[in-house]
Amino acid sequence: MCLAIPALIESIKNEEADVDMGGITRRISLRLTPQAKVGDYVIVHTGYAINILDQHEARETLKLFEQLAKAAEEER
Amino acid sequence: MKFLSEFRDAGLAKGVVSQIHRRSKTPARFMEFCGGHTATILRYGIRQVLPATIEMLSGPGCPVCVTANADLDKAIALAQMPGVIVTTFGDMLKVPGSHSSLQKIKAEGADVRMVYSTMDAIHIAEENPSKRVVFLGIGFETTAPTVAASILYAEEKYLKNYYVLSTHKLCPPVIKALLASGEVNLDGLICPGHVSAVIGSRAWDFIARDYAIPCVVSGFEPLDVLQCVDMLVTQVEEGNSKVEIAYRRGVRPEGNPEALRLMHEVFEPCPAQWRGMGTIPDSGLKLRSTYQRFDAECAFDIDPGPTREPQGCICGDILRGVKTPLDCRLFGNSCTPEDPVGPCMVSSEGSCATYYLYGRNSGR
Ligand code: SF4
Repeated sequence: MCLAIPALIESIKNEEADVDMGGITRRISLRLTPQAKVGDYVIVHTGYAINILDQHEARETLKLFEQLAKAAEEER
Repeated sequence: MKFLSEFRDAGLAKGVVSQIHRRSKTPARFMEFCGGHTATILRYGIRQVLPATIEMLSGPGCPVCVTANADLDKAIALAQMPGVIVTTFGDMLKVPGSHSSLQKIKAEGADVRMVYSTMDAIHIAEENPSKRVVFLGIGFETTAPTVAASILYAEEKYLKNYYVLSTHKLCPPVIKALLASGEVNLDGLICPGHVSAVIGSRAWDFIARDYAIPCVVSGFEPLDVLQCVDMLVTQVEEGNSKVEIAYRRGVRPEGNPEALRLMHEVFEPCPAQWRGMGTIPDSGLKLRSTYQRFDAECAFDIDPGPTREPQGCICGDILRGVKTPLDCRLFGNSCTPEDPVGPCMVSSEGSCATYYLYGRNSGR
């Protein structure tokens, strides 16, 4: 029910945006994230962007996983 | 998909799993509030890779499952009125009410339509000016702002035939009720990611403070959940109880202020009836009087008659975390996703449906 997935904003017209969701283009509402821009990733829930995805934080989290995986590998 | 598949990488998971094993010494019970987390945990076999010190418990975070029969009956009664179209999200169609389901009465001729978004419901109202279109508003704080937005759209478009039956529920009050009951003892709470995207991680401060329970907001991919468990374990071992975020790409301490503003503009808190938990004060949302003309409760004379609970179904106990689907005698016998007895077998985030689907991963 609270399912939401990241999508890339390709174009914006008024309050609506066309987003790329893994190769499929979907029209969504930006009513809840009026500050979203083309090129942003937004988290989409039932046709609305409920937040802008923080790409910097996403990369930082992945970096952390990579470091941990590397450390675990070296321990063996 | 970018920012999605990376967080499912089994190779990346190894490091955090071994860190959890290294750190976890004290036995700990963690509850995942959200049915979406239960689904991730069972689908990816997360219980199997965790150390024996950690016990995982499912919570009441499935909006479909906690919807009371009385509310379902209202929606069904509305759909049986002439000239009414009832619209809602797909998950709701199959849920059995006291006597029928939206899907059954649809097969019998009622105009019930599944929509992907509240914007679709608005379009249906625009295309059917001679009909009255009711959206069955269900969901937590993730969804309520989108329903609020639809009411604002209806107002801006001067739509006179769009209504909402609000059965929305709020998460912090139910967790508070659950903890206050003393029925479950927790050492950590996996807080819902997309609810928190809207209300912010600060909304959980009171749990860490008043109940001394570590809280970590998690995303829904397997790496998110593992990171969350690792952070909870660290808090347990260090004797901390604070609110942290394991889903920083999606959740900020303050949430989404614009979504909150719209939600509070249209709705106000009210008491709500939860399946298995009874009525909890200020745990629901009703339309403010300014928007009363969109409120299906006011616009229609709804009389669904007395409610009846499904015989033998223990959904209520499962939602409170005191039983698991494996304790239900009907599970997998007379209750299956094709022919569900209770709502927990319907929703893709219901514990019973998840256990049925990924049963091999449910044991410990
Ligand atoms: S298995 Fe079916 S009857 Fe049993 S608790 Fe789950 S939904 Fe209810």
